[in-house]
Amino acid sequence: MAAPLTLVLILAVTIRAVLFRSSLATLISERVEVVSPLNSWKRVVEGLALLDLGVSPYSGDVFHETPLVIYLFHFVVDYAEIVFMIADGITAVALYLSVKSYNKNVFRKQKYALEADRYPHDCLELMRSPKEMFYIPLKVAMFYLLNPFTILSCVAKSTCGLNNAIIAVFILCTLKGNALLSAIFLSLATYQSIYPLTLFAPALLFLLQRLYIPVNPCRSSFWFFTLQYAFMFVGSLVVIVCLSFFLLGSWDFIPSVYGFILSVPDLTPNIGLFWYFFAEMFEHFRFFFICVFQINIFLYTIPLSIKLKEHPVFLMFMQIAIISIFKSYPTVGDIALYMAFLPAWSHLYRFLRNIFLVSCILLACSVLFPVLWHLWIYAGSANSNFYYAITLLFNVGQILLMSDYFYAYLRREHHLSQGLYLQRKDGSEATLVLK
Amino acid sequence: MAALRLGWAAVFIWIFVSLILTCKCDSVEKSDESVRDEEVARSPGEPEHAEESSNDEVQAEKQQWHTTDFGMNDALENSKAHSGGNDSPGDSRAFKAPPAKDHFQEELVIRPLHSGDIYAGFQFRTQLDTDFVQEGKKVSHYRLFPKSLGQVLSKFSVRELHISFTQGYWRTMQWGQPFIPAPPGAELWVWFHNTVQNVDENWKELTNVLSGIFCASLNFIDSTNTVEPSASFKPLGLGNVTDHRFLRYATLPREIVCTENLTPWKKLLPCGSKAGLAVLMKSEKLFHSSFHSQAVHIRPICKDWQCSGTAWELRQTLSVVFDLYTSGQGKKDWSLFKMFSRTLTEACPLAASSKLYVDVTDNPEGELFDLSPATPVLNTTVVLGDRRTYAVYDLTKAETFGQLRSLNLLMRWKGEGGDMLRPLLHAERYVAGFGLQTGEIHTLIYNNHPYRAFPVLLLESVPWYLRLYIHTLTITSKSRENKPSYIHYQPSKDRLRPHLLEMLVQLPPHSVTEVTVQFERALLKWTEYTPDPNHGFYVGSSVISALVPSVVAMDVNSTQERPLFSSFFHTKEESSYFVRVYTEPLLVNLPTPDFSMPYNVICLTCTVVAVAYGSFYNLLTRTFQVEEPSPPLAKRLANIIRRIRGVPPL
Repeated sequence: MAAPLTLVLILAVTIRAVLFRSSLATLISERVEVVSPLNSWKRVVEGLALLDLGVSPYSGDVFHETPLVIYLFHFVVDYAEIVFMIADGITAVALYLSVKSYNKNVFRKQKYALEADRYPHDCLELMRSPKEMFYIPLKVAMFYLLNPFTILSCVAKSTCGLNNAIIAVFILCTLKGNALLSAIFLSLATYQSIYPLTLFAPALLFLLQRLYIPVNPCRSSFWFFTLQYAFMFVGSLVVIVCLSFFLLGSWDFIPSVYGFILSVPDLTPNIGLFWYFFAEMFEHFRFFFICVFQINIFLYTIPLSIKLKEHPVFLMFMQIAIISIFKSYPTVGDIALYMAFLPAWSHLYRFLRNIFLVSCILLACSVLFPVLWHLWIYAGSANSNFYYAITLLFNVGQILLMSDYFYAYLRREHHLSQGLYLQRKDGSEATLVLK
Repeated sequence: MAALRLGWAAVFIWIFVSLILTCKCDSVEKSDESVRDEEVARSPGEPEHAEESSNDEVQAEKQQWHTTDFGMNDALENSKAHSGGNDSPGDSRAFKAPPAKDHFQEELVIRPLHSGDIYAGFQFRTQLDTDFVQEGKKVSHYRLFPKSLGQVLSKFSVRELHISFTQGYWRTMQWGQPFIPAPPGAELWVWFHNTVQNVDENWKELTNVLSGIFCASLNFIDSTNTVEPSASFKPLGLGNVTDHRFLRYATLPREIVCTENLTPWKKLLPCGSKAGLAVLMKSEKLFHSSFHSQAVHIRPICKDWQCSGTAWELRQTLSVVFDLYTSGQGKKDWSLFKMFSRTLTEACPLAASSKLYVDVTDNPEGELFDLSPATPVLNTTVVLGDRRTYAVYDLTKAETFGQLRSLNLLMRWKGEGGDMLRPLLHAERYVAGFGLQTGEIHTLIYNNHPYRAFPVLLLESVPWYLRLYIHTLTITSKSRENKPSYIHYQPSKDRLRPHLLEMLVQLPPHSVTEVTVQFERALLKWTEYTPDPNHGFYVGSSVISALVPSVVAMDVNSTQERPLFSSFFHTKEESSYFVRVYTEPLLVNLPTPDFSMPYNVICLTCTVVAVAYGSFYNLLTRTFQVEEPSPPLAKRLANIIRRIRGVPPL
């Protein structure tokens, strides 16, 4: 199994290396779909230049990376391309290993359930076979490494690649059951961009499940472990933030990084929903809608955790997808991370309702982004509404994709408990509806 | 004219009498006030005793009034005794209050430019030997110095104030170096006294007050276009405070200068526009010109040669470039009447000196042009590193005006003008790149000196919505990298402060130095755009300040005119001179949202969020159930009826 993964890695690195050396690299690194004010490489270089000039990089409004990132690149700025390729490699390997371990887990559970004869008899065709599951980790790694979105993001040297690597390592640590490392990487991811905070719930649920602690607020063992995990998370977050403070000697980075993420002052167009909405917003409603839009991201965590408390890995996937759709400065790199998980849910394929439509929307939008950008910014023959319309459609496509996968997952679970071929009372074939 | 003088004399006599009366009987307050009002209204030459002051201030001022009146009265009687009761307006200089000496000078420089245009530069200088900003001392007596400015200076503890309003761009390569450089639009820089606690607040109030005084949109100066240059703007007057925390600099490149700015500016003059050189300033002619720049410079200077005290100098300058070449059918001839549609008849009676200079450097033997009336007085001075000869007309002397009692200076060209000295330093600037995403600012600085290198200070103040990337800054001279020896960079804060970039760059001799820096155009909120967003946004001129090696020092032939022993080493004042060069302002387009559809955008985006929320809500709150087919409509109706009848349903 290691040999194909190595091949994929080599192929991915080759593609990236070729692109880095080509003239496309500068073009890609200016694309608003690929880089945002938060993670653009040009701004990292600007921050380093400001440090060299003796000016605090956070005194201006160009640099919004965290202090740890600037110190990382302070040392490896000359090897940035290698760093980003390694980050992509780490993400792919971590996803590979975690999906492998998850599949093992799923298969074991399925085996126990079959032995206990808990599934209805007509559900055999829903069972997952080891043969089908064998190539899934490799597919996940391939989906990440060879996804054009990831390649673009890596070639543009968007620091989104680093964030993805941290989240992937966090997933790996969680699925391997290492609570401490999981908490540390979760706090790192939160430190980088706040939103991964919502991954706290799925990680906790998974670790509880792994330790056979029932999710029951009346049990002391539940609270003990929850507090333990929360303490590790908060503790490492405090340590990291304090470390940044000591590196820089000031708290300037807090408003400059987190204030910037939360209050959305930079309205540079991107593929998200925020920029045009807040460019066109009436001034006295701005604060209200910023609150609504930011709360919206965190809002889904609690109901999803309740609904999916038996399936924390799927919950994790849902959360990552929601973050990448609704975050204030999304880029294609964020989308690539949750798209890498799609092969892991290939068994849901038969229950997806509009996957064809959604894939067409996403493909068409990806092509239309640069076209309409050119028409607006360079040709002057279109206006901002054209680009905005495409971002809307792209987000609708992603939302449909997510809700479709969610629907399919719930439906499969329903069939696993109720049987695949449901019948009405009169014995005719029944259709399932949500009520 | 004689009638006017007679009328003035009558007014003055009446004022003196009433002043003496009010001093003798203190109780008559009412009549005193009415006299004051009339005095201000009727005598343009009289100092501005009473400004419009708010009601609560009136009481306090009355007290001061009496004291100054007493002093004035004494002086008045003294002067009467000395001058034998001469009460013509020309002698109102004798009204001096003993503590505050002041005097006023006016001059006009006319310089035919090599492009065929005529440059006319007015300068009015008022000196007041009192310190406004001294602790615990309030200056309440104003004679020649405008009270409106004096009060502003003392209220906001201003040490130095420079303000200019300019319409048009000074073409250095065609017109040479200007005497008083100014960028297009409005420029304001102020040094505050170092006792000021909250400089920003003072600055904010000061700009609003000045906006009222000059009828200009200076109230648009806020933190987003104000910078604190660390090196480019040093105080021009006394005092060696160079802590740039007390300096504020702002430009409004979009400001349009017109009559409403000129009128309040003229009102600051002691003679208004009634007498002296200011009669020439008729706005219909002044604004029908290629370049118009008016400025006010206030600074503390030494009172006397030993510098025993501080005096305040107010310089009001007005520079105009007339394009008489095209409007005069290709002839370069000019006269005062042709330029200003007025002639000079007298000096300002309050002026200590009133002179008119005409640049005749190119015409040493009178072979190029005729100047009539001719003047025997010539004056040679070194100005901007060049030795120039001027014909001088003293307007305080009656013979200047000749028989007609009117001076209409006339120049008639006989041949073509000679070569112009190329300005040693000049600069230009443009925006490169296409599209609305990024761009690049190019600043070209030319050093035309054949063999001397010299350093220049470059100041760029760029608004926040052009996000500069300082790591893309390149400086090349003679296709080689030129590393600046000093860089002061302050990055911008969105909606708070602009970028400030100051650099000290050494310009190699006879070279072009190119400074480029890339920027990114921001998308603004729809309310932040100007009413005509697709016109573009202005970026103020960059400022180049330099000590330029003098041409006089460069001139090897000067040894023929001067004794040999005087010219081996360059004397300091001739070896270099200070020049400030302003580049063109830039006009940059930004991407714009569609201003017509905020409602649509809010609705559509909220719909997308609602789609997500709705579909998740649906899946979260509902469960899968087997769909039971609903009975047909007829059966349902029948069942309802049966239920009413109390019969079991079908």
